[in-house]
Amino acid sequence: MDKKRLGELFRPYLMIAPAMAGICLFVLYPIIFLGYLSLYDYNLMNKAKSKFIGFENFAEIFSRGDFYKSLSNTVIYTAGVVVLTLLLSLVIAVWLSKKSKFNVFVQAGIFTPHVVSIVSIALVWLWMMEPNLGFLNYVLKALGLPPSQWLQSSESALMSVILVSVWQGIGYYVLIIVAALQSISPSIYEAAALDNASKLKVFWKITLPMISPQLFFILVIMTIGSFKVFDTVKVMTGGGPNNATNTLVYYIFENRTTNIGYASATGVVLMMIIALLTFVYFRLLSRRVHYQ
Amino acid sequence: MSKAFQYTGLTLSYLLKTAILIIFVFPFLWMISTSLQTYRETLSYPPTLIPALPQWINFVDAMSAGPFPTYAKNSITITLSIIAIQLLVMIPAAYAFAKYRFAGKNVLFSLVLLAFMIPGQVTFIPVYLMMADWGIAKTLLPQIIPFMSNAFGIFLLRQYFMQIPEEIVEAARLDNASEFTIMRKIMVPMSMPALATIALFSFVSHWNDYFWPLIMTDSAAIRPLTLGIAMLRETEGISNWHIIMAGNVVLVIPILVVYLFCSKQIVKAFVYSGIK
Repeated sequence: MDKKRLGELFRPYLMIAPAMAGICLFVLYPIIFLGYLSLYDYNLMNKAKSKFIGFENFAEIFSRGDFYKSLSNTVIYTAGVVVLTLLLSLVIAVWLSKKSKFNVFVQAGIFTPHVVSIVSIALVWLWMMEPNLGFLNYVLKALGLPPSQWLQSSESALMSVILVSVWQGIGYYVLIIVAALQSISPSIYEAAALDNASKLKVFWKITLPMISPQLFFILVIMTIGSFKVFDTVKVMTGGGPNNATNTLVYYIFENRTTNIGYASATGVVLMMIIALLTFVYFRLLSRRVHYQ
Repeated sequence: MSKAFQYTGLTLSYLLKTAILIIFVFPFLWMISTSLQTYRETLSYPPTLIPALPQWINFVDAMSAGPFPTYAKNSITITLSIIAIQLLVMIPAAYAFAKYRFAGKNVLFSLVLLAFMIPGQVTFIPVYLMMADWGIAKTLLPQIIPFMSNAFGIFLLRQYFMQIPEEIVEAARLDNASEFTIMRKIMVPMSMPALATIALFSFVSHWNDYFWPLIMTDSAAIRPLTLGIAMLRETEGISNWHIIMAGNVVLVIPILVVYLFCSKQIVKAFVYSGIK
């Protein structure tokens, strides 16, 4: 009897043990390890030669121009992606929100890039954005517009990467906004119609406030997601030309073999930024956003 | 508003929607078209839209540019192993979190949520060093075991399990069913939609993954398809777009076929994954 009760006591712990082991080993412990590495001048070949240097790595981060360059690139990229995606997906979603077979079909089409590997997306756009033979410049020339150097000039490279990310991500956000729009009760619109409210007014005063929780949610996951941008940059530009598209994660990636301590410290900075964004999200979620 | 006016409006709306659709679908058609062109055709101006004679040989050329059977085998092994391990780890954990009361449950569950928020882009350096330390850096394991606990999956499945009425579980216990039987005969069959959603989401994200394998591999024997295709630019030269696009088609087609057949499920999976 006692043995059976003891078994029952331990059973839930046994059941969650593998999952918790995975989380501890591959998420929690690595975070601690990352913090530890960030305080060292770490020698990969000969661990005995690693030296504790306190916060020197962090001091170095904040005194280096290339870090600020990658940070500002990441911020510009994030702002560009977030603003463009939010505006465009809102417009498209409002437009596709009526339940019809054709609208669902268009939504599925817009969503397609989201299920395809970023490697493929990046390669296709790299080819489309080729300055001499690419399809995009052909279209621009056919329309009588000046061609662009796209990814090959430091002026347009970051914008081009933003464009590709917006193109890939938009379908997902359209889906979420459409779902939000369809969940608004029609009776609210009927009441507005009785009051002879204009379409624009209905949008500003009813639709937008009603979907603000979802918009806010989108804003946050997009911001956090954009701060982690790497794949597009790696495949399309390699951080170039002239560091014009070097982003935080790419910066960490580049330093990961030559200077592990420094790269880890940058990783800690990235983690702090993400933690801050998540924290702000939860704080604001409980306050600002209008729920009905 | 007159009828004629309405009809023009409707047609215009259809045309514009089709235009948007084209913006999102055209790059894929362009990829397929290029993959079937000759080198000369890719250089032509205006660009070739439909190749004169489909060049199937491009696929042979692309696939012989590297050990592609190995890459494909690795991609399949990695993706299927991750899904299998995740399900095995996830089901009992979600069951315990949903149906048991035990000390420390809330703290432990908040660790799951925490894990959900920490991205691989933060942890990759320490995890790589661990893998090297354990002496498994040259195997496929570093691309599999770090994903054994799917925090999103545990979270979603727990929600599902909680909706299964307590009475059903109690009735089964009175019939002397073991906890394992309850999981296998009640919980799992009743939450098939959730399990399918989680498995599909895992499949798409790990088949497409580029960042993690890039960090964890340094030899052809353990590389997945995504890396192999991305490397075509180095092995085939940057201007051989017809070969690069052929390789790209090989990478995209399996996902597009899966998407074609379960687009509803996949869309649902992605929408769920966002709702934390």
